[in-house]
Amino acid sequence: MHRFANPARFMRIAERLLPWVSGATGLTLIAGLYFGLFASPADYQQGETVRIMYVHVPAAWMALFIYTTMAVASVSYIVWKHPLADVAAQAAAPIGAGFTAMALITGSLWGQPMWGTWWVWDARLTSVLILFFLYLGYMALVNAFDDPERGSRAGAILALVGFINVPIIKFSVDWWNTLHQPASVVKMDGPAIDNSMLIPLLLMALGFKLYFLVVLVIRMRGELTARRVRALRLVEADV
Amino acid sequence: MGGYGAFIWPAYGIVAIVMAGLLVAAVRGTRARARDLAALEATGVSRRGNPPQSKGSDGDDA
Amino acid sequence: MTPKRRRLTIVFLGLLMLGSATALVLTAFEDNLVFFYSPTELETKNIGPDRRIRIGGLVEEESVGKQADGVTNTFRVTDLTKSVPVAFKGALPDLFREGQGIIAEGRFVKGVFQASEVLAKHDETYMPREVADALKKSGQWKGQGTE
Repeated sequence: MHRFANPARFMRIAERLLPWVSGATGLTLIAGLYFGLFASPADYQQGETVRIMYVHVPAAWMALFIYTTMAVASVSYIVWKHPLADVAAQAAAPIGAGFTAMALITGSLWGQPMWGTWWVWDARLTSVLILFFLYLGYMALVNAFDDPERGSRAGAILALVGFINVPIIKFSVDWWNTLHQPASVVKMDGPAIDNSMLIPLLLMALGFKLYFLVVLVIRMRGELTARRVRALRLVEADV
Repeated sequence: MGGYGAFIWPAYGIVAIVMAGLLVAAVRGTRARARDLAALEATGVSRRGNPPQSKGSDGDDA
Repeated sequence: MTPKRRRLTIVFLGLLMLGSATALVLTAFEDNLVFFYSPTELETKNIGPDRRIRIGGLVEEESVGKQADGVTNTFRVTDLTKSVPVAFKGALPDLFREGQGIIAEGRFVKGVFQASEVLAKHDETYMPREVADALKKSGQWKGQGTE
């Protein structure tokens, strides 16, 4: 683990891989869009609106995945003082907020024609909205302190406390009666999605995940440089 | 789009806008930080007293 | 105990306490988190007639009709055990059909649920029409919706 704890070495490896991952992201997203918008059939019940699923569901998965990543990074920051963990968590937060916003907006655009409403306060929709506010709260809190170290610590604690929301989102559709339907892909007796629709869904999900890695590495480089600039300015002020 | 184009296209549009926006913001922010660092180093600020870093990280933006 | 172990223990205990507290709160507020009641739950929960509630279930087969005024839709909502009559004046969502899951919001007036809003609920099954038709033909159909 400490091999990657060296920020310089980690970033060197990550940035060497970056062009390849960027290329794979582009190809996967193009394939996903082609299958999602053109080369897949309409649903027997929902007709063409099923195509919204190919962006809505992967965005929602990313919203949960990125928050989980931040919570894991926060644990390793608090417990092991891992130097990159805090950088990674802070770099990931805006991306997670973006994916949560996407999930909420595309869900609304799907709900209006199918359910007959843009929004309802059921357990699933409400808990995802709370996730969005957790992301925003984390970003505000991290930058609310003069001492960046204290901001990082406060943010890490908020990320951990807010993690309790992740299982609530996941299981809200099973625990309570909701307007939102239960999970289709991750269920005990296999996906309830026909293969022709599973292909674009999984392609888009993979594309989103690769995209996250690309933007994360770029943002981490930015954050590390910003920390160096801060350190140098402190030295300058001392002189 | 079976009469649902008014919902499907905006959904894909918003996804494209947010994803492009996040990417552009990340690249721009990182370049700006790199410029800050290059400018500081050009003024010849001493590196002593900094946490140990690898040599030669002279504002290399990927 | 090393500082690392101590911090790990604090994080672990903190999350455990937070988890239990959340579970207790969610259990306590269960009734408010439930988005709708099924016709069977309506009987057991004993909800007062003046309360605004949501009911959910399937639209009963061959129960959809219109009242004499020509704009009020009437149908029965069933959970396959009990069913309740519903009246709704307004536009029904695109997914509304017999056998479809729906949620109606409103209150009971003289034993009829007067809905002010009807939402369609869909299940987690996604497939092309041809596959759905083939499944129905071979008698392996498990999903909702008949047509």
